[in-house]
Amino acid sequence: MNEKVIMSGNEAIARGAYEAGVGFASAYPGTPSTEILENMPQYKDIDSRWANNEKVALEMACGAQAGGLRTLTCMKHVGLNVAADPLMTIAYIGSNGGMLVVSADDPGMHSSQNEQDNRQYSKIGKLILLEPSDSQECKDFVKLGYELSEKYDLIVLLRVTTRVCHSKSIVTLDEPLPKQVKKYVTNVEKRAMLPEMAIKRHIVVEEQLKKVEEYANNCDINKIEYNDKKVGIITSGVSYQHAKEVFGDTVSYLKLGLTNPMPGKLIDEFCEACDTIHVIEEGEPFIETAVKARGHQCTGKDKITIQGELTAAIVQTSLTDKPLPEGYTVKTQPADRPPVLCAGCPHRGFFYSFTKFRDKVVALGDIGCYGLGVQTPFFGEEMCVCMGGGFSTPIGMDIALKAQGDTRKPLGFLGDSTFFHSGLTSLIDAVHTNSNIILCLLDNSITGMTGHQQNAGTEIGLMGNPVHRVDCVDMVMATGIDKDRVHIVDPINQEEMDAALKYSIENDGLQVIVTRYPCALLKPIIKARGKKHVEVDQDKCIGCKMCMKVACPSLAFKDGKAYVDDVANCTGCGLCQQNCKFGAIVTVE
Amino acid sequence: MTKNIILVGVGGQGTILTTKVLSKGLVEMGYDVKMSEIHGMSQRGGTVTTQLRYGEKVYAPNIGDHEADLIIAFEKMEALRALFYLKKGGAIITDDKEIFPMPVLTGEQEYPEDCLDDLKATVGDVTVIKAAEKAAELGNVKAQNICLLGALIKKLGLDKGGVDWKEIIKATVPAKVVDVNLAAFDAGYNM
Repeated sequence: MNEKVIMSGNEAIARGAYEAGVGFASAYPGTPSTEILENMPQYKDIDSRWANNEKVALEMACGAQAGGLRTLTCMKHVGLNVAADPLMTIAYIGSNGGMLVVSADDPGMHSSQNEQDNRQYSKIGKLILLEPSDSQECKDFVKLGYELSEKYDLIVLLRVTTRVCHSKSIVTLDEPLPKQVKKYVTNVEKRAMLPEMAIKRHIVVEEQLKKVEEYANNCDINKIEYNDKKVGIITSGVSYQHAKEVFGDTVSYLKLGLTNPMPGKLIDEFCEACDTIHVIEEGEPFIETAVKARGHQCTGKDKITIQGELTAAIVQTSLTDKPLPEGYTVKTQPADRPPVLCAGCPHRGFFYSFTKFRDKVVALGDIGCYGLGVQTPFFGEEMCVCMGGGFSTPIGMDIALKAQGDTRKPLGFLGDSTFFHSGLTSLIDAVHTNSNIILCLLDNSITGMTGHQQNAGTEIGLMGNPVHRVDCVDMVMATGIDKDRVHIVDPINQEEMDAALKYSIENDGLQVIVTRYPCALLKPIIKARGKKHVEVDQDKCIGCKMCMKVACPSLAFKDGKAYVDDVANCTGCGLCQQNCKFGAIVTVE
Repeated sequence: MTKNIILVGVGGQGTILTTKVLSKGLVEMGYDVKMSEIHGMSQRGGTVTTQLRYGEKVYAPNIGDHEADLIIAFEKMEALRALFYLKKGGAIITDDKEIFPMPVLTGEQEYPEDCLDDLKATVGDVTVIKAAEKAAELGNVKAQNICLLGALIKKLGLDKGGVDWKEIIKATVPAKVVDVNLAAFDAGYNM
């Protein structure tokens, strides 16, 4: 063992769980956290599974840890909002097997709708907070996290950021512990959180946090590196790496790995030893507030931006006079290259059809690949909030539009995975109140945007195990909705798709459209397709550009004719073909 | 001295696999290595940038403006887009492949066909190779990335570090495409 390998932070977290003898791991996918669970099936001893949403994932883990297993639950930052309800109370229950929750925050919003700083959850949730700064620390902190969780009977929040999750660095592997199993013993006083018990547990939690604070003042992962003491930098997570990049060994550092409870005495010692203190942290002034609360002066968010992702260059320009290196500029500007729906994507059929009815609806979207429909040329989304919001925001929009005499009908859409995540509860409200809205369930048989994770609608689970497939149409029908209000269509078939939208707009009350067509990138679908694609007959093409309207990345236009530019990715879905009145687009098998 | 390399392309071109091979070799050579990539939304046909840093000790995982020693572009307009990373005296290796983005396909924006002239005139050290074309000739256009890797290894003198790059390629790419990738590597190295 002790082999050195290069690993992403996410791979290292999975490895850490394996080395710590974890027995149960659960998550709902979300960038930048997804690869943690994706890396789990190689560790066969760990029962790893995708949950329908983050709340379910965390509650399953709570059952497993109360039962005596070490558990890992992972989610992106906004996922923790979904799981916040159980988390705040699990903190009172404490651990039997160690419980570690990973929050993968996304400063800079590379793939997210906000850049909330989830370190704040550790305070309201009474959690031990760990902040690794590279892959080695990801692995080490996970293992330490289980020890702390069990020793102090508290829950550990491991907070990572995109740059920690998705950057790779060298990790030394260690031998794994055997699966840790503690005996389950009934303890109603500790685990049944009714007021009488919870009141007592809150007292215990506060006492335990005081003990962890003592530990935080004296542990290896909160460490002072004294160099010249004129400048002292307090930092955590990846910000430490940026600070080291800029200042090297010319200043002193207090590098914090455990930031809740905050190591007060250690901060005092460092601030008293150094002349000037800078706090370098991404996002909110989490450490800065703690330093100032202890009566120390420091710079913080007055110098370093609260927005976006930090870089060494931002640290350098914020805290030094040293100029940035020079580079080159040229006059020519690149064209934009936004992410787009893939060739053969079923959502393209939905959105193209939508453009024919745009004036009659107000489109409200959701989180997933179909978010890409917001852009040119579909502009198919006027609002997008969160998972499941695509099925509930239309209910309110309908009331508001009516109040101003606007006759447009709200149209909400979301995907199959999002439906299982939280769209189902919204649908029940819409059915229950017969809202005058159109809800479109874009079923592509997979969780797409995060790169194909199984969900309740698939036939195999994360570990490759057979699971019972839950049909989302069955779930829709189970609400008791009149079957005439449910329209199941092939979205690529524009006749069907247009008819469903037209009917749903023209008929009052709730209408549900389910588009059924698998993601073009699913391996079995690619295999079944073989070499099928379309070609444009250059003699028949008159250059009317009607085919280009579907905005497929495989089609291009040059010298007055359309042509298939990217044959390898064309799936021959035939959406463009339906727009060609001249029979110029032919399918080739 | 830390070396900074930017690999840039379009989602699906295999920049991430290239960086995987490269970083394995660099670790074998005894360097500290950090690489940074962004997954998720940007992969759907958008620009994909992978950053790789190696040296005796590397701290920050990402590369700031005007800090890159080398840009490897899998698509020529992406070389232009990544130019802000390049430091004075840095080099560019780019494929001359064009992939039209959606705003160009829909006619809203124009593709800067002659962008490489501008880059050559300003930067100086610009090598244009036909990696995608060569890979297609060899039988699999997807081997473009390993072809570019061959050119990169030669440019940075990493062939002299006692690492058998072909062994690493064999261990990293799917078994079915090992031969075409090894041929692509040689082609890139000798371009």
